[in-house]
Amino acid sequence: MANTREIRRRIRSVENTAKITNALQLVAASKMRRAQDRALQARPYAEKMREVLGHLSGLIGDPDASHALLERRDVRETSVIFVTPDRGLCGGLIANLERHAGEIVLGPETGGDVSMIPVGRKGSDYFRRFGVNYHAQFQELGDYPGLAETQPISRIAMEEYINGDVDRVLLVYASFVNTVTQMPITVPLLPVERADAAEGEEASESEYIFEPSPQEVLAELLPRYVDLLVYQAILEAAASEQSARMVAMRNATDAANEMIDDLTLVYNKARQEQITSELLDITGGVEAMQS
Amino acid sequence: MPLTLEIITGERLLLRREDVDEVIAPGSLGELGVLPNHAPLITSLQPGELRVKSGGSEDDFFVSGGFLEVQSDQVTVLADAAERDSEIDLERAETARQRARERLDQATDADRARAQASLSRSLGRLKVLERRRRRTSGREMARPGA
Repeated sequence: MANTREIRRRIRSVENTAKITNALQLVAASKMRRAQDRALQARPYAEKMREVLGHLSGLIGDPDASHALLERRDVRETSVIFVTPDRGLCGGLIANLERHAGEIVLGPETGGDVSMIPVGRKGSDYFRRFGVNYHAQFQELGDYPGLAETQPISRIAMEEYINGDVDRVLLVYASFVNTVTQMPITVPLLPVERADAAEGEEASESEYIFEPSPQEVLAELLPRYVDLLVYQAILEAAASEQSARMVAMRNATDAANEMIDDLTLVYNKARQEQITSELLDITGGVEAMQS
Repeated sequence: MPLTLEIITGERLLLRREDVDEVIAPGSLGELGVLPNHAPLITSLQPGELRVKSGGSEDDFFVSGGFLEVQSDQVTVLADAAERDSEIDLERAETARQRARERLDQATDADRARAQASLSRSLGRLKVLERRRRRTSGREMARPGA
């Protein structure tokens, strides 16, 4: 049985840990709320843009309306934009992301060469060990990145695609489902997928007036669409990160409190035992003197 | 039947209204007005002022470019950035304009395009502010100059 002083020291140390994880939990909870709001607010724009692109999709097959970002090629080299947090302490999120991305980057079935654009320190650290080639990397985008911060990422992806350095760009990130669930997913970014026109809208397509012209509208729309997909992925990743951290820190705080309860019980037992044995000593001593 | 108007930027839904009589937008081929029963249209936008008329009143916005879609009395503005006239910072727009002018004089090609874009954005913002100023001062009696 450990002595009481040692147990007391142990309790104090666990209490300190609980204080820290509790503080981290509160910080993550407030950041989480804002990050979730932002991720949800960006959705209408993305949806509307997909809709407009859908109206244009009748034209996408048209050779007059072709665009470099739509051009499909045989895949010899794939580029993977891998969005991860900069910091850890977010439960299984990072490990899940790494496993998911690893299947694409290191797996045999991808075919051809793979290069990466890691966004966030964790993903960059992980794949560096495997000697994966990085075309660019981004870190410290902040807790609430804006379009201005994410645009350089999408611009580089479009550049390497148009230059022919890569034949396909995939986007891997943690999509935000809800506070307790985040799902690593892979989204094809380039070439831009032909958007499906909504049902029943097929007929109206040809009646649209395009100004200045369908090609020019397409040429302006596509880069913005790609910008937006990346922006949204990063907002979702941020919401996922804060949610995962909040949950992980809450679990840690709960575990620490449970440990404190257990240790307190052990401490009280030890203390009582000590008192009992002291009493026994005293009564034993008294009896010895009396006899 | 009035128009339904939505102004959406990548960061937020700025406006949604269902009682709009006319939208005047800075199309890339020039200013265009949209009235009810307009034909389906998709146009790109240049930086400038977006005017929304409803009843007797008018609200002004700045858009920095993007798209406008019209379909069955539903007008959607997908803006790169958009602000209400009351949100525009006069001083910032003014400094941006001056900086862009200076850059334009000495810039190389790549910078030139950026300076040009920044100039037209700041001019667009100033134009929206100018209209707002004229409208409010017209009500209180015209002030000279300024």
